Amino acid sequence: MRETAHAEAAAAGQTAAVGHVVPLRVLVAVWGTLLALTGLTVAAAGVDLGSYNLGVAMLIATAKATLVLLFFMHLRYDRPILAIVFVTALLFVALFVSIALLDSNAYAHQLIPGYGPALPK
Amino acid sequence: MAAGTTGEGTVAGARTHRVAHHFDNAEQQFESGKLGMWIFLATEILLFGGLFCAYAVYRSNHPEVFIYAHRFLDKTLGAINTAVLICSSFTMALAVRAAQLGRRRQLVGLLGATVALAACFLGIKGLEYEKKWKEGLLWGAHFHAKLAPAPPALPQTLPPVPAAAGEERSLIPPAAIGPAGLARPGQPAVAEGPEGPPHDVQVFFAVYFLMTGLHGVHVIIGMALLSWMMVRAGRGEFSPGYLTPVDLTGLYWHLVDLIWIFLFPLLYLIR
Repeated sequence: MRETAHAEAAAAGQTAAVGHVVPLRVLVAVWGTLLALTGLTVAAAGVDLGSYNLGVAMLIATAKATLVLLFFMHLRYDRPILAIVFVTALLFVALFVSIALLDSNAYAHQLIPGYGPALPK
Repeated sequence: MAAGTTGEGTVAGARTHRVAHHFDNAEQQFESGKLGMWIFLATEILLFGGLFCAYAVYRSNHPEVFIYAHRFLDKTLGAINTAVLICSSFTMALAVRAAQLGRRRQLVGLLGATVALAACFLGIKGLEYEKKWKEGLLWGAHFHAKLAPAPPALPQTLPPVPAAAGEERSLIPPAAIGPAGLARPGQPAVAEGPEGPPHDVQVFFAVYFLMTGLHGVHVIIGMALLSWMMVRAGRGEFSPGYLTPVDLTGLYWHLVDLIWIFLFPLLYLIR
């Protein structure tokens, strides 16, 4: 009885555990997967995939981040509002970075013949 | 650990925490605290988002600087640090679980393990910083590294620049005057290729030190918070019904891990 989370929580009576108790097995599996993905991203950086290298690295990093968010940070078990708050921030960062890149790429060529991030003289 | 009939949440000598009057129950109080923390984490994402934006703009405009300069970073130490931080996230997740189950000694031990791993991360980061400092691989005007003996056998001097390279495609603009870190005025264009180190390698190190430095500050704050949680857990302030501070510190710590998960491939694994 001591070993099972819910039995213990139930034994606590009115002070039942708040939040979802993530099973130990899930936490260990996530930990192992994160370490394996770290190895994978190092290995992938050693292979020449041309312009895909950055994409592959970002894909693996996003997969790792998703695992941390869902299980270590409990988003998988929490109310959706918490994920909405976080994803909103990510969307605004994406908007910020992509528009800044569009802007910088669009003007660099006009300002300097050739190439470069430049400010007008 | 004394498990009485009253449950493990109210071990002898423990300060029991009451639900504030404006909350219906412990669960609602816990959920409200978490919402506030996630909003704070959103602002943290926006803070680092600015730096990721600077990284993206510099890298898209000067890919050659990033490809050249990332070789000065120690990939092995970076990978070890990533693993260390992932392990600390794991011990943190276990700590929150221990708090939920009311296992006080386990909670203190796991928080201690998390602090120890965080210190390990900072130690390795310190070794890396020390090496960069000695080699002069610093930001802006402080950059004084001799780039000649670069990893893939680069020549001592820059190749002579053609006098009239009017139509020649160059990576560096002839006169890009910008904020600190951009090209100096009147600098000759450098032809693309492995003939010499690209100009303005210090831009990469400015980005590197700013991003890892801000992350490092977060690690130090996290260590302070974790140590504080250890003291409070030792005093028995937490119970299965009240673990908001532990859980929120955990969320903060996982965010620190999350940011490093992106910093590692972006800075160390450029290709």
